Amino acid sequence: MFKEAEIRTFIDGTTNYFETSAQQSATVGSPYLVTDGKPGAYEYTGVIGITGARKGIVYFTAPRGMLTVLLMRMQETDTSDENIKDLVGEVANTISGNARRDFGKNFVISVPVVIAHDLEKITTPHARSFVIPINWRTHSAKLVVCLE
Amino acid sequence: MNSTAGPRASLKLMIVDDSNIIRRRIERSQQIERLEVVGAASNGRAAVEMFRRTQPDVVTMDLTMPEMDGIQCVEELIAINSNVLILVVSALADKATAVEAIEKGANGFLCKPFTDRQLNDALEELLSEA
Repeated sequence: MFKEAEIRTFIDGTTNYFETSAQQSATVGSPYLVTDGKPGAYEYTGVIGITGARKGIVYFTAPRGMLTVLLMRMQETDTSDENIKDLVGEVANTISGNARRDFGKNFVISVPVVIAHDLEKITTPHARSFVIPINWRTHSAKLVVCLE
Repeated sequence: MNSTAGPRASLKLMIVDDSNIIRRRIERSQQIERLEVVGAASNGRAAVEMFRRTQPDVVTMDLTMPEMDGIQCVEELIAINSNVLILVVSALADKATAVEAIEKGANGFLCKPFTDRQLNDALEELLSEA
């Protein structure tokens, strides 16, 4: 069972991502537990499958406006849909990969799967997920951690 | 090194990452004058083919990629040219992965996310071995 204390790893990974990549801090709201299998999503979602010692998924989900500004903060001028999808997958990949600092090498991450626009396609393998609300500039996003 | 000229000679850089954003970011952000980008690949298999064709002196290498991952790719590139300098640029932040990459032949490890300065410092350190 995923322990509440372990959520700190993902909070730290999220804040570090924005501080380093965007050179601008994000604030993280109080994480909360969702038990109905519907943690919710925004327009673009990058999903990382987790296998090995832990099993489940980690996803980062954000609206297009946030991802566009994030790209621009990274000096990327191409804000096409293709690059927006690339970015949302890369954020999910980076935060999940960084979690191996605490979880170790047996926290095996997949390449990102990106889901855009079709919120119905986003499902979690277990009913219980932790949601980390993320606020950056005027935008809101979420990191969802669903691990057994 | 492929290059037998002095330390100021131009060196060829190949960028390997499955993210287009990261490939473009590394190309845009690297400020090492003597590095010239000769190619970018989005997975290990494409990187091996490009490596044979462009014969780079320096490679930045992601680890988590489709088709062929970065660890296997490092092994294959080293088998082709054991003098190539490889900087692994990966989100995988555990020590065991960094050690494994170095044991397979990589020369440095930069953890994502990174700033422009961290990228350039890592490349400078890598080139100091050249």
